[in-house]
Amino acid sequence: MNGLEINNLLLTAGSFTVGELGLQVRFGEYFMLMGHTGAGKSLLMKAVCGLHPLQQGSIAIHGKEVTNREPRFRGIGYVPQNSGLLPHLDVRDNIGFALDILGVHREEAAERTATLAEELGITALLDRRIDGLSGGERQKVSLARALARRPRLLLLDEPVSALDEQTRSDICALLKRVHREHGITTIHICHNHGEAEQLGDRIGIMNAGTIVAIHEGGIIS
Amino acid sequence: MLCGFLLAVFVIVITGLIISDLTYLAVKKVGWEQAAALLGQRRIVFAMRMSVATSLTTLALVMLTAVPIGYALSRLRFPGKSIVNTIVDVPIVLPPVVTGISLLAFFSFGIGDPLKRMLETFHLSLVSGLGIVLCQYLMAVSFCIRSAKTAFEGVDQGLENVAQVLGCSEWQAFMRVSLPLARNGLVAGSVMAWARAIGVFGPLMVFVGTGPGVLVMPTTLWLELSIGNIETSVCIALIMLLMAGAALTVVHRLAPGGNTV
Repeated sequence: MNGLEINNLLLTAGSFTVGELGLQVRFGEYFMLMGHTGAGKSLLMKAVCGLHPLQQGSIAIHGKEVTNREPRFRGIGYVPQNSGLLPHLDVRDNIGFALDILGVHREEAAERTATLAEELGITALLDRRIDGLSGGERQKVSLARALARRPRLLLLDEPVSALDEQTRSDICALLKRVHREHGITTIHICHNHGEAEQLGDRIGIMNAGTIVAIHEGGIIS
Repeated sequence: MLCGFLLAVFVIVITGLIISDLTYLAVKKVGWEQAAALLGQRRIVFAMRMSVATSLTTLALVMLTAVPIGYALSRLRFPGKSIVNTIVDVPIVLPPVVTGISLLAFFSFGIGDPLKRMLETFHLSLVSGLGIVLCQYLMAVSFCIRSAKTAFEGVDQGLENVAQVLGCSEWQAFMRVSLPLARNGLVAGSVMAWARAIGVFGPLMVFVGTGPGVLVMPTTLWLELSIGNIETSVCIALIMLLMAGAALTVVHRLAPGGNTV
Protein backbone atom coordinates (compact mmCIF):
# COMPACT_ATOMS: atom_id res chain seq x y z
CA MET A 1 0.00 0.00 0.00
CA ASN A 2 1.27 3.44 -0.91
CA GLY A 3 1.13 6.43 1.42
CA LEU A 4 -0.01 8.54 -1.51
CA GLU A 5 -1.00 7.41 -4.97
CA ILE A 6 -1.80 9.84 -7.76
CA ASN A 7 -3.00 8.49 -11.10
CA ASN A 8 -3.48 10.31 -14.42
CA LEU A 9 -3.90 13.62 -12.64
CA LEU A 10 -4.69 16.66 -14.75
CA LEU A 11 -5.52 20.11 -13.41
CA THR A 12 -5.33 23.66 -14.63
CA ALA A 13 -4.94 27.09 -13.11
CA GLY A 14 -5.50 29.76 -15.73
CA SER A 15 -3.28 28.85 -18.65
CA PHE A 16 -1.01 26.64 -16.54
CA THR A 17 -1.52 22.87 -16.59
CA VAL A 18 -0.27 20.20 -14.21
CA GLY A 19 -0.23 16.68 -15.64
CA GLU A 20 -0.99 14.20 -16.85
CA LEU A 21 0.87 13.02 -13.85
CA GLY A 22 1.26 9.89 -11.77
CA LEU A 23 3.09 9.57 -8.45
CA GLN A 24 3.43 6.87 -5.84
CA VAL A 25 4.84 7.84 -2.47
CA ARG A 26 5.56 4.78 -0.35
CA PHE A 27 3.96 4.23 3.03
CA GLY A 28 6.06 6.02 5.68
CA GLU A 29 8.39 7.52 3.09
CA TYR A 30 9.94 11.01 3.27
CA PHE A 31 9.50 12.24 -0.29
CA MET A 32 11.12 15.47 -1.41
CA LEU A 33 9.55 17.36 -4.30
CA MET A 34 11.84 19.85 -6.01
CA GLY A 35 11.47 22.19 -8.94
CA HIS A 36 11.77 25.77 -10.03
CA THR A 37 9.24 28.39 -9.00
CA GLY A 38 6.18 27.93 -11.19
CA ALA A 39 6.85 24.23 -11.82
CA GLY A 40 3.46 23.36 -10.31
CA LYS A 41 4.57 21.88 -6.96
CA SER A 42 2.31 23.95 -4.74
CA LEU A 43 -0.62 23.55 -7.13
CA LEU A 44 -0.13 19.78 -6.99
CA MET A 45 -0.10 19.93 -3.18
CA LYS A 46 -3.29 22.01 -3.22
CA ALA A 47 -4.92 19.32 -5.32
CA VAL A 48 -3.75 16.61 -2.91
CA CYS A 49 -5.26 18.66 -0.06
CA GLY A 50 -8.54 19.00 -1.96
CA LEU A 51 -8.20 22.74 -2.35
CA HIS A 52 -7.97 22.71 -6.14
CA PRO A 53 -10.34 20.76 -8.38
CA LEU A 54 -9.01 18.04 -10.69
CA GLN A 55 -9.94 17.85 -14.34
CA GLN A 56 -9.17 14.17 -14.33
CA GLY A 57 -7.36 11.55 -12.33
CA SER A 58 -7.52 10.13 -8.85
CA ILE A 59 -5.79 10.55 -5.51
CA ALA A 60 -5.57 7.87 -2.81
CA ILE A 61 -4.08 8.25 0.66
CA HIS A 62 -3.13 5.04 2.48
CA GLY A 63 -5.07 3.10 -0.13
CA LYS A 64 -8.28 5.08 0.35
CA GLU A 65 -9.66 7.03 -2.57
CA VAL A 66 -10.01 10.69 -1.53
CA THR A 67 -10.41 12.35 -4.95
CA ASN A 68 -13.89 13.70 -4.22
CA ARG A 69 -13.57 14.09 -0.47
CA GLU A 70 -13.51 17.44 1.29
CA PRO A 71 -10.08 18.57 2.55
CA ARG A 72 -11.04 17.90 6.17
CA PHE A 73 -11.73 14.22 5.53
CA ARG A 74 -8.39 13.45 3.85
CA GLY A 75 -6.34 13.05 7.03
CA ILE A 76 -3.65 15.49 5.97
CA GLY A 77 -1.35 17.57 8.15
CA TYR A 78 -0.23 20.69 6.33
CA VAL A 79 2.60 23.15 6.99
CA PRO A 80 2.61 26.07 4.53
CA GLN A 81 5.64 28.22 3.76
CA ASN A 82 4.35 31.15 5.84
CA SER A 83 3.36 28.77 8.67
CA GLY A 84 -0.34 29.63 8.27
CA LEU A 85 -0.78 30.20 12.00
CA LEU A 86 -3.97 31.88 13.14
CA PRO A 87 -3.04 35.31 14.55
CA HIS A 88 -6.11 35.58 16.78
CA LEU A 89 -5.14 32.46 18.74
CA ASP A 90 -2.14 31.89 21.00
CA VAL A 91 0.35 29.08 20.41
CA ARG A 92 -1.55 26.59 22.59
CA ASP A 93 -4.83 27.21 20.78
CA ASN A 94 -3.13 27.05 17.39
CA ILE A 95 -1.71 23.61 18.16
CA GLY A 96 -5.03 22.45 19.58
CA PHE A 97 -7.07 24.02 16.76
CA ALA A 98 -7.63 20.80 14.82
CA LEU A 99 -8.32 18.85 18.02
CA ASP A 100 -10.99 21.35 19.01
CA ILE A 101 -12.57 21.09 15.56
CA LEU A 102 -12.45 17.30 15.64
CA GLY A 103 -14.17 17.29 19.03
CA VAL A 104 -11.28 15.70 20.93
CA HIS A 105 -12.00 15.85 24.66
CA ARG A 106 -10.54 18.94 26.30
CA GLU A 107 -8.23 17.05 28.66
CA GLU A 108 -6.92 14.74 25.95
CA ALA A 109 -6.39 17.72 23.63
CA ALA A 110 -4.45 19.55 26.35
CA GLU A 111 -2.31 16.49 26.97
CA ARG A 112 -1.63 15.95 23.28
CA THR A 113 -0.75 19.62 22.84
CA ALA A 114 1.64 19.55 25.80
CA THR A 115 3.30 16.34 24.58
CA LEU A 116 3.86 17.73 21.09
CA ALA A 117 5.12 21.03 22.45
CA GLU A 118 7.64 19.19 24.57
CA GLU A 119 8.70 16.98 21.67
CA LEU A 120 9.29 19.99 19.43
CA GLY A 121 10.86 22.11 22.17
CA ILE A 122 8.21 24.81 22.22
CA THR A 123 6.68 24.32 25.67
CA ALA A 124 7.89 27.75 26.76
CA LEU A 125 5.97 29.31 23.85
CA LEU A 126 2.56 27.83 24.62
CA ASP A 127 1.05 30.99 26.09
CA ARG A 128 2.71 33.36 23.62
CA ARG A 129 0.93 35.30 20.91
CA ILE A 130 1.74 34.37 17.32
CA ASP A 131 2.96 37.83 16.33
CA GLY A 132 5.78 37.59 18.87
CA LEU A 133 7.31 34.43 17.43
CA SER A 134 10.40 34.14 15.21
CA GLY A 135 10.22 32.41 11.81
CA GLY A 136 11.68 29.17 13.18
CA GLU A 137 9.34 29.16 16.17
CA ARG A 138 6.38 29.69 13.88
CA GLN A 139 7.32 26.70 11.75
CA LYS A 140 7.72 24.52 14.83
CA VAL A 141 4.26 25.56 16.05
CA SER A 142 2.84 24.96 12.58
CA LEU A 143 4.42 21.49 12.54
CA ALA A 144 3.01 20.73 15.99
CA ARG A 145 -0.44 21.83 14.81
CA ALA A 146 -0.18 19.61 11.73
CA LEU A 147 0.91 16.61 13.83
CA ALA A 148 -1.74 17.14 16.51
CA ARG A 149 -4.52 15.55 14.51
CA ARG A 150 -2.31 12.49 13.82
CA PRO A 151 -2.41 12.78 10.04
CA ARG A 152 -1.91 9.94 7.60
CA LEU A 153 -0.02 12.24 5.25
CA LEU A 154 2.13 15.24 6.14
CA LEU A 155 2.57 17.97 3.51
CA LEU A 156 5.34 20.49 4.04
CA ASP A 157 5.27 23.33 1.52
CA GLU A 158 8.72 24.94 1.64
CA PRO A 159 8.69 25.02 5.44
CA VAL A 160 12.25 26.28 5.83
CA SER A 161 12.81 28.35 2.69
CA ALA A 162 12.23 31.68 4.45
CA LEU A 163 14.51 30.88 7.40
CA ASP A 164 18.16 31.71 8.03
CA GLU A 165 20.82 29.02 7.59
CA GLN A 166 21.13 28.04 11.25
CA THR A 167 17.37 27.88 11.86
CA ARG A 168 16.92 25.99 8.60
CA SER A 169 19.43 23.40 9.73
CA ASP A 170 17.73 23.08 13.14
CA ILE A 171 14.28 22.68 11.63
CA CYS A 172 15.56 20.10 9.11
CA ALA A 173 17.06 18.06 11.95
CA LEU A 174 13.74 18.35 13.77
CA LEU A 175 11.80 17.22 10.70
CA LYS A 176 14.06 14.18 10.32
CA ARG A 177 13.58 13.24 13.98
CA VAL A 178 9.82 13.75 13.83
CA HIS A 179 9.61 11.60 10.73
CA ARG A 180 11.68 8.86 12.35
CA GLU A 181 9.56 8.89 15.52
CA HIS A 182 6.09 9.29 13.95
CA GLY A 183 6.68 7.42 10.70
CA ILE A 184 4.17 9.57 8.82
CA THR A 185 4.27 9.55 5.03
CA THR A 186 5.72 12.98 4.27
CA ILE A 187 5.95 15.11 1.15
CA HIS A 188 8.27 18.06 1.48
CA ILE A 189 8.54 20.73 -1.20
CA CYS A 190 11.86 22.56 -1.41
CA HIS A 191 14.29 24.34 -3.72
CA ASN A 192 17.49 23.42 -1.94
CA HIS A 193 19.51 20.37 -3.09
CA GLY A 194 21.29 19.99 0.24
CA GLU A 195 18.02 20.06 2.13
CA ALA A 196 16.51 17.51 -0.24
CA GLU A 197 19.45 15.12 0.05
CA GLN A 198 19.59 15.52 3.84
CA LEU A 199 15.95 14.64 4.37
CA GLY A 200 14.55 12.71 1.45
CA ASP A 201 14.24 8.95 0.97
CA ARG A 202 13.49 9.84 -2.64
CA ILE A 203 13.56 13.11 -4.52
CA GLY A 204 11.08 13.97 -7.26
CA ILE A 205 11.94 16.69 -9.75
CA MET A 206 9.06 18.66 -11.16
CA ASN A 207 9.18 20.84 -14.24
CA ALA A 208 6.46 22.55 -16.28
CA GLY A 209 3.66 20.75 -14.49
CA THR A 210 4.99 17.23 -14.58
CA ILE A 211 7.42 15.04 -12.64
CA VAL A 212 10.40 14.57 -14.90
CA ALA A 213 12.64 12.44 -12.66
CA ILE A 214 12.68 10.58 -9.36
CA HIS A 215 16.00 9.96 -7.65
CA GLU A 216 16.24 6.98 -5.31
CA GLY A 217 18.12 7.04 -2.03
CA GLY A 218 17.88 10.78 -1.60
CA ILE A 219 20.75 11.43 -3.99
CA ILE A 220 20.31 13.67 -7.01
CA SER A 221 22.39 12.14 -9.76
CA MET B 1 2.18 74.22 5.55
CA LEU B 2 -0.93 75.02 3.49
CA CYS B 3 -2.25 71.51 4.09
CA GLY B 4 -1.79 71.90 7.84
CA PHE B 5 -3.53 75.29 7.74
CA LEU B 6 -6.49 73.88 5.81
CA LEU B 7 -6.72 70.97 8.23
CA ALA B 8 -6.74 73.35 11.19
CA VAL B 9 -9.45 75.50 9.58
CA PHE B 10 -11.55 72.42 8.84
CA VAL B 11 -11.26 71.12 12.41
CA ILE B 12 -12.14 74.58 13.79
CA VAL B 13 -15.21 74.87 11.53
CA ILE B 14 -16.55 71.41 12.47
CA THR B 15 -15.86 71.97 16.17
CA GLY B 16 -17.48 75.39 15.88
CA LEU B 17 -20.62 73.85 14.39
CA ILE B 18 -20.86 71.43 17.29
CA ILE B 19 -20.20 74.12 19.90
CA SER B 20 -22.67 76.48 18.28
CA ASP B 21 -25.56 74.19 19.28
CA LEU B 22 -24.45 74.43 22.90
CA THR B 23 -23.84 78.17 22.54
CA TYR B 24 -27.33 78.67 21.13
CA LEU B 25 -28.88 76.99 24.16
CA ALA B 26 -26.68 79.06 26.48
CA VAL B 27 -27.66 82.33 24.76
CA LYS B 28 -31.34 81.35 25.02
CA LYS B 29 -30.69 80.53 28.69
CA VAL B 30 -31.78 76.92 28.30
CA GLY B 31 -30.22 75.12 31.26
CA TRP B 32 -29.83 71.39 31.86
CA GLU B 33 -33.18 71.16 33.65
CA GLN B 34 -35.05 72.96 30.88
CA ALA B 35 -33.28 70.87 28.23
CA ALA B 36 -34.27 67.72 30.09
CA ALA B 37 -37.86 68.97 30.27
CA LEU B 38 -37.87 69.70 26.53
CA LEU B 39 -36.48 66.27 25.73
CA GLY B 40 -38.83 64.63 28.22
CA GLN B 41 -41.93 65.63 26.29
CA ARG B 42 -43.99 62.58 25.39
CA ARG B 43 -43.65 62.94 21.62
CA ILE B 44 -39.90 63.48 21.87
CA VAL B 45 -39.42 60.43 24.11
CA PHE B 46 -41.53 58.41 21.68
CA ALA B 47 -39.36 59.55 18.75
CA MET B 48 -36.17 58.69 20.60
CA ARG B 49 -37.49 55.23 21.52
CA MET B 50 -38.66 54.71 17.94
CA SER B 51 -35.25 55.76 16.62
CA VAL B 52 -33.40 53.37 18.92
CA ALA B 53 -35.79 50.46 18.27
CA THR B 54 -35.86 50.84 14.48
CA SER B 55 -32.14 51.54 14.12
CA LEU B 56 -31.21 48.49 16.21
CA THR B 57 -33.60 46.33 14.17
CA THR B 58 -32.03 47.75 11.03
CA LEU B 59 -28.57 47.05 12.41
CA ALA B 60 -29.48 43.40 13.01
CA LEU B 61 -30.83 43.06 9.46
CA VAL B 62 -27.81 44.86 8.02
CA MET B 63 -25.39 42.55 9.82
CA LEU B 64 -27.32 39.46 8.77
CA THR B 65 -27.11 40.41 5.11
CA ALA B 66 -23.99 42.55 4.77
CA VAL B 67 -21.57 40.03 6.27
CA PRO B 68 -22.34 37.19 3.82
CA ILE B 69 -22.62 39.62 0.89
CA GLY B 70 -19.32 41.27 1.79
CA TYR B 71 -17.71 37.85 2.13
CA ALA B 72 -19.07 36.76 -1.25
CA LEU B 73 -17.77 39.94 -2.91
CA SER B 74 -14.34 39.44 -1.36
CA ARG B 75 -13.99 35.75 -2.25
CA LEU B 76 -16.09 34.88 -5.29
CA ARG B 77 -15.08 35.47 -8.86
CA PHE B 78 -17.91 35.57 -11.34
CA PRO B 79 -18.80 37.26 -14.62
CA GLY B 80 -20.21 40.75 -14.13
CA LYS B 81 -18.67 41.17 -10.68
CA SER B 82 -17.74 44.78 -11.35
CA ILE B 83 -21.37 45.54 -12.27
CA VAL B 84 -22.59 43.85 -9.08
CA ASN B 85 -20.02 45.86 -7.12
CA THR B 86 -21.34 49.06 -8.63
CA ILE B 87 -24.96 48.16 -7.89
CA VAL B 88 -24.07 47.42 -4.27
CA ASP B 89 -22.63 50.93 -3.99
CA VAL B 90 -25.65 52.68 -5.51
CA PRO B 91 -27.40 53.45 -2.18
CA ILE B 92 -24.23 55.22 -0.99
CA VAL B 93 -24.30 57.75 -3.81
CA LEU B 94 -28.05 57.95 -4.33
CA PRO B 95 -29.60 61.19 -3.01
CA PRO B 96 -31.66 60.13 0.05
CA VAL B 97 -34.89 61.64 -1.30
CA VAL B 98 -34.51 59.55 -4.45
CA THR B 99 -34.44 56.40 -2.31
CA GLY B 100 -37.80 57.48 -0.82
CA ILE B 101 -39.29 58.17 -4.25
CA SER B 102 -37.97 54.84 -5.55
CA LEU B 103 -39.58 53.02 -2.62
CA LEU B 104 -42.90 54.74 -3.32
CA ALA B 105 -42.67 53.73 -6.97
CA PHE B 106 -41.61 50.17 -6.11
CA PHE B 107 -44.63 49.56 -3.88
CA SER B 108 -47.05 51.12 -6.36
CA PHE B 109 -46.86 48.47 -9.09
CA GLY B 110 -44.97 45.37 -10.25
CA ILE B 111 -43.85 42.97 -7.55
CA GLY B 112 -44.02 45.70 -4.90
CA ASP B 113 -47.80 46.12 -5.08
CA PRO B 114 -48.72 42.48 -4.31
CA LEU B 115 -46.04 42.51 -1.62
CA LYS B 116 -47.72 45.52 -0.01
CA ARG B 117 -51.12 43.80 -0.26
CA MET B 118 -49.69 40.66 1.29
CA LEU B 119 -48.35 42.70 4.21
CA GLU B 120 -51.76 44.31 4.59
CA THR B 121 -53.39 40.87 4.93
CA PHE B 122 -51.16 40.43 7.99
CA HIS B 123 -52.28 43.91 9.18
CA LEU B 124 -48.81 45.26 8.49
CA SER B 125 -48.55 48.73 7.00
CA LEU B 126 -45.50 50.26 5.40
CA VAL B 127 -46.37 53.53 7.15
CA SER B 128 -45.05 52.15 10.42
CA GLY B 129 -41.84 50.95 12.02
CA LEU B 130 -41.60 48.50 9.15
CA GLY B 131 -41.36 51.32 6.60
CA ILE B 132 -38.85 53.16 8.78
CA VAL B 133 -36.65 50.04 9.03
CA LEU B 134 -36.92 49.55 5.25
CA CYS B 135 -35.72 53.13 4.59
CA GLN B 136 -32.93 52.87 7.18
CA TYR B 137 -31.83 49.49 5.82
CA LEU B 138 -31.55 50.75 2.25
CA MET B 139 -29.58 53.79 3.35
CA ALA B 140 -27.21 51.87 5.64
CA VAL B 141 -26.59 48.43 4.21
CA SER B 142 -24.11 49.41 1.49
CA PHE B 143 -21.77 51.00 4.03
CA CYS B 144 -21.64 47.76 5.97
CA ILE B 145 -21.23 45.61 2.84
CA ARG B 146 -18.31 47.79 1.77
CA SER B 147 -16.68 47.52 5.22
CA ALA B 148 -17.28 43.77 5.37
CA LYS B 149 -15.79 43.28 1.89
CA THR B 150 -12.68 45.26 2.85
CA ALA B 151 -12.38 43.41 6.16
CA PHE B 152 -12.63 39.97 4.52
CA GLU B 153 -10.19 40.97 1.78
CA GLY B 154 -7.70 41.60 4.59
CA VAL B 155 -8.01 38.01 5.77
CA ASP B 156 -5.49 35.71 4.08
CA GLN B 157 -7.49 33.09 2.20
CA GLY B 158 -4.59 30.71 2.79
CA LEU B 159 -5.56 30.63 6.47
CA GLU B 160 -9.04 29.42 5.56
CA ASN B 161 -7.47 26.75 3.35
CA VAL B 162 -5.17 25.58 6.13
CA ALA B 163 -8.13 25.44 8.52
CA GLN B 164 -10.05 23.28 6.05
CA VAL B 165 -7.16 20.87 5.64
CA LEU B 166 -6.86 20.67 9.43
CA GLY B 167 -10.47 19.61 9.81
CA CYS B 168 -12.82 22.56 9.30
CA SER B 169 -15.81 22.56 6.99
CA GLU B 170 -16.12 25.73 4.89
CA TRP B 171 -18.64 27.06 7.42
CA GLN B 172 -16.32 26.30 10.36
CA ALA B 173 -13.39 27.94 8.56
CA PHE B 174 -15.55 31.03 8.08
CA MET B 175 -16.76 31.10 11.69
CA ARG B 176 -13.44 30.24 13.35
CA VAL B 177 -10.97 31.98 11.07
CA SER B 178 -12.44 34.60 8.73
CA LEU B 179 -15.03 36.07 11.07
CA PRO B 180 -12.73 36.59 14.08
CA LEU B 181 -9.99 38.03 11.89
CA ALA B 182 -12.42 40.42 10.17
CA ARG B 183 -14.11 41.34 13.46
CA ASN B 184 -12.77 44.88 13.84
CA GLY B 185 -13.74 45.86 10.31
CA LEU B 186 -17.18 44.32 10.74
CA VAL B 187 -17.84 46.12 14.01
CA ALA B 188 -16.64 49.41 12.54
CA GLY B 189 -18.88 48.88 9.50
CA SER B 190 -21.90 48.04 11.60
CA VAL B 191 -21.41 51.10 13.80
CA MET B 192 -21.19 53.27 10.69
CA ALA B 193 -24.34 51.61 9.35
CA TRP B 194 -26.15 52.21 12.64
CA ALA B 195 -25.09 55.86 12.69
CA ARG B 196 -26.30 56.22 9.13
CA ALA B 197 -29.61 54.47 9.94
CA ILE B 198 -30.44 56.58 12.98
CA GLY B 199 -29.87 59.77 10.96
CA VAL B 200 -32.04 58.86 7.95
CA PHE B 201 -34.41 61.70 7.07
CA GLY B 202 -35.11 62.20 3.34
CA PRO B 203 -36.54 58.76 2.50
CA LEU B 204 -38.67 58.81 5.67
CA MET B 205 -40.22 62.16 4.73
CA VAL B 206 -41.17 60.78 1.31
CA PHE B 207 -42.04 57.16 2.05
CA VAL B 208 -43.29 57.06 5.65
CA GLY B 209 -44.21 60.68 6.35
CA THR B 210 -44.52 62.43 9.69
CA GLY B 211 -47.78 61.05 10.97
CA PRO B 212 -48.32 59.94 14.55
CA GLY B 213 -46.56 56.70 15.35
CA VAL B 214 -43.87 57.03 12.69
CA LEU B 215 -41.77 59.85 14.07
CA VAL B 216 -38.10 59.28 14.71
CA MET B 217 -35.50 61.78 15.89
CA PRO B 218 -34.58 63.38 12.53
CA THR B 219 -38.23 63.83 11.45
CA THR B 220 -39.19 65.09 14.92
CA LEU B 221 -36.32 67.56 14.81
CA TRP B 222 -37.62 68.89 11.52
CA LEU B 223 -41.23 69.05 12.77
CA GLU B 224 -40.22 70.93 15.93
CA LEU B 225 -38.19 73.33 13.82
CA SER B 226 -41.09 73.89 11.42
CA ILE B 227 -43.42 74.93 14.27
CA GLY B 228 -40.83 77.23 15.80
CA ASN B 229 -39.64 75.07 18.72
CA ILE B 230 -36.02 75.79 17.92
CA GLU B 231 -34.72 75.02 21.44
CA THR B 232 -36.27 71.52 21.30
CA SER B 233 -34.78 70.99 17.83
CA VAL B 234 -31.33 71.99 19.04
CA CYS B 235 -31.64 69.66 22.05
CA ILE B 236 -32.53 66.76 19.73
CA ALA B 237 -29.64 67.74 17.46
CA LEU B 238 -27.27 67.60 20.43
CA ILE B 239 -28.47 64.11 21.35
CA MET B 240 -27.87 63.01 17.76
CA LEU B 241 -24.44 64.64 17.79
CA LEU B 242 -23.53 62.74 20.95
CA MET B 243 -24.66 59.49 19.34
CA ALA B 244 -22.67 60.22 16.19
CA GLY B 245 -19.61 61.12 18.28
CA ALA B 246 -19.85 57.87 20.23
CA ALA B 247 -20.21 55.90 17.00
CA LEU B 248 -17.20 57.63 15.44
CA THR B 249 -15.10 56.96 18.53
CA VAL B 250 -15.88 53.25 18.29
CA VAL B 251 -15.10 53.21 14.55
CA HIS B 252 -11.78 55.02 15.01
CA ARG B 253 -10.71 52.72 17.82
CA LEU B 254 -11.48 49.62 15.76
CA ALA B 255 -10.26 50.76 12.36
CA PRO B 256 -6.87 49.41 11.22
CA GLY B 257 -4.20 51.69 12.63
CA GLY B 258 -6.62 52.92 15.27
CA ASN B 259 -5.79 53.39 18.93
CA THR B 260 -6.39 49.87 20.15
CA VAL B 261 -5.56 47.68 17.21
